Amino acid sequence: MVNANNKRVVFIEGLRKRYGKGEAAVDALIHVDMQITPGEVVGLVGPSGSGKSTLLKCLGAVIEPTAGRITLGDEVIYDNNWKLSNLRALRRDKIGFIFQMPYLIQFLNVVDNVALPSMLAGRTNKEARKQALALLEALDVAHRANAMPSQLSGGEQQRVSIARALINRPPVILADEPTAPLDSERALVVIRILNQMAHQYKTAIIIVTHDEKIIPTFKRIYSIRDGKTHEMTGEGA
Amino acid sequence: MINLAVRDILYAWGKFIFTGLGLGLLIGVTFTMAGVYRGKVNDAEALLKNSGADLWLVQKNTLGPFAEPSKVHDHLYREIFAIPGVAQAVNVTYVTMQVRHRKKDIRTMVVGVDPGVYAELGQPQYLIAGRQITRNHYEAIADLATGFKLGEHIKIRRNYYTIVGLSRRMVATGGDPMIFIPLKDAQDVQFLKDNTAIIKQRRRTSENPVFNRPGVPGLLDAVITLQQTNHFVNAILVQTKPNYAANEVAKSIRRWKQLQVYTNTQMKKILLGKIIAASAKQISMFLVILALVSAAIIAFIIYTLTLGKIREIAVLKLIGAKNLSIIWMILQQALALGIIGFMIGKIAATLWAPIFPKHIMLLTSDSAWGFITIMMICVLASIIAIRAALKVDPAEAI
Repeated sequence: MVNANNKRVVFIEGLRKRYGKGEAAVDALIHVDMQITPGEVVGLVGPSGSGKSTLLKCLGAVIEPTAGRITLGDEVIYDNNWKLSNLRALRRDKIGFIFQMPYLIQFLNVVDNVALPSMLAGRTNKEARKQALALLEALDVAHRANAMPSQLSGGEQQRVSIARALINRPPVILADEPTAPLDSERALVVIRILNQMAHQYKTAIIIVTHDEKIIPTFKRIYSIRDGKTHEMTGEGA
Repeated sequence: MINLAVRDILYAWGKFIFTGLGLGLLIGVTFTMAGVYRGKVNDAEALLKNSGADLWLVQKNTLGPFAEPSKVHDHLYREIFAIPGVAQAVNVTYVTMQVRHRKKDIRTMVVGVDPGVYAELGQPQYLIAGRQITRNHYEAIADLATGFKLGEHIKIRRNYYTIVGLSRRMVATGGDPMIFIPLKDAQDVQFLKDNTAIIKQRRRTSENPVFNRPGVPGLLDAVITLQQTNHFVNAILVQTKPNYAANEVAKSIRRWKQLQVYTNTQMKKILLGKIIAASAKQISMFLVILALVSAAIIAFIIYTLTLGKIREIAVLKLIGAKNLSIIWMILQQALALGIIGFMIGKIAATLWAPIFPKHIMLLTSDSAWGFITIMMICVLASIIAIRAALKVDPAEAI
């Protein structure tokens, strides 16, 4: 359970998401409550169609929830409607994304893939590349900085995507099945890295997963079923 | 901020270069078509300029020798001298025909000029080799485009002519190179019948009792000679005196003689408006079609390239790239494709233009307009791709 003394970086209350209208309406999320502290890595598990991806999209400001309240840090970003006009800037500065597939920009080399969000945030190319190299160093892929994504292994690509998610020091990172394409050994390495990064940069990480190998590594797990979340303590606690 | 378009182009440079090559060849064809039209206009202007004439006297109610058949009596030019303001007047004939040379037929315009009278009127203004025609028979000046050489003998109808001079850029409106021969020969060439026709006509005339009268010896011979002699030319070229306006002299000639008189400006209008107009329209149609095809190709290529990057675009949107950055990336790629196409097209047109049998004139101003048009086409063609990119939902990345 979240220690009440800890400052919450993600706080979701009564989040709802309904797709469609009238009789065709589908409630993907009925009542979601969630709170995460800085540096914490939590798992989000649930069967297919339970609403995991919908929750991630709502939290990532990619789709608009129907009702509820989302607070990031001290800022309420959603309270029955978006409280910010520039959601792109919110995603750029406050949220990092790690996908099931790394989805690196194929025509940019590794260092520029990582540096791009920083450049989009207004930093100079030199500054952004310096930051990117430091992160690549921390993730042990600095030696591939000038390689193109197609020249990297699956594990290396995923580390690069982690570096990209971290470059703007977002308070929260949303990871959608980041270990799915990896074998169990590499999957555990990625989870270890994410834990290290969360600890080092005080970033909250929400990992959506089906992977039974990594579920035991979480201290706290949110299970989502029929559009509702249930908080559980993980084996990693 | 790094330039995403340049990075994408550098990453897939082969695709861009080969697409640009294809597009460039199409643009090269477009430039060449424009060059064909410019060449025709230039040929027409050169034809008028090189004649050295200020006024063209042709048969009444005709548009002159290049547009319609025109017959003018060859003695009239002497009377033209009496008109105030006329400095020089010479007869000319024009006939388009095939000239056989080294087992090859060459399409030419044979021009009959009065040798030695006023070399600067009617005859080629500049020779690049040899001399002007000085004899009344069997000498010729040929344009370089005919491929004839100095001293060669060519056969025009029944007679052989020696090439005594070579000219350049002396071509008809259709682009056929000119061959200048003495006027008397040219008059024969123009109206000469074949031997069978001559024999038949002689027989017919001699069997006519009106011309073959026992009491009038010599009448039959006189009539037959008259029938075989041509006293017509196609036009009279007039050069005016320095202090006289061509329009004023033309007015006097119109009042005094039953001739149609055209100034150089009017002649140019006839050449461009009546003779070249149809081919100009045709070329314009081709240019429009080629522009549409180019636009369709650019649109298709940019659209395909954009569809190939949908995932990247979704990721870019998700990590906070502005729509403007994405629009600029697509636009830059379309413009880059246009620039590559323009450069290849310009080089291709410049390289292959001299190989064409007719004059292709590539103007810098046409290239400049072509460049602007290509850039506009690129911008318009990228709209479909931009729309597709803007529709991409960042959620597609998740």
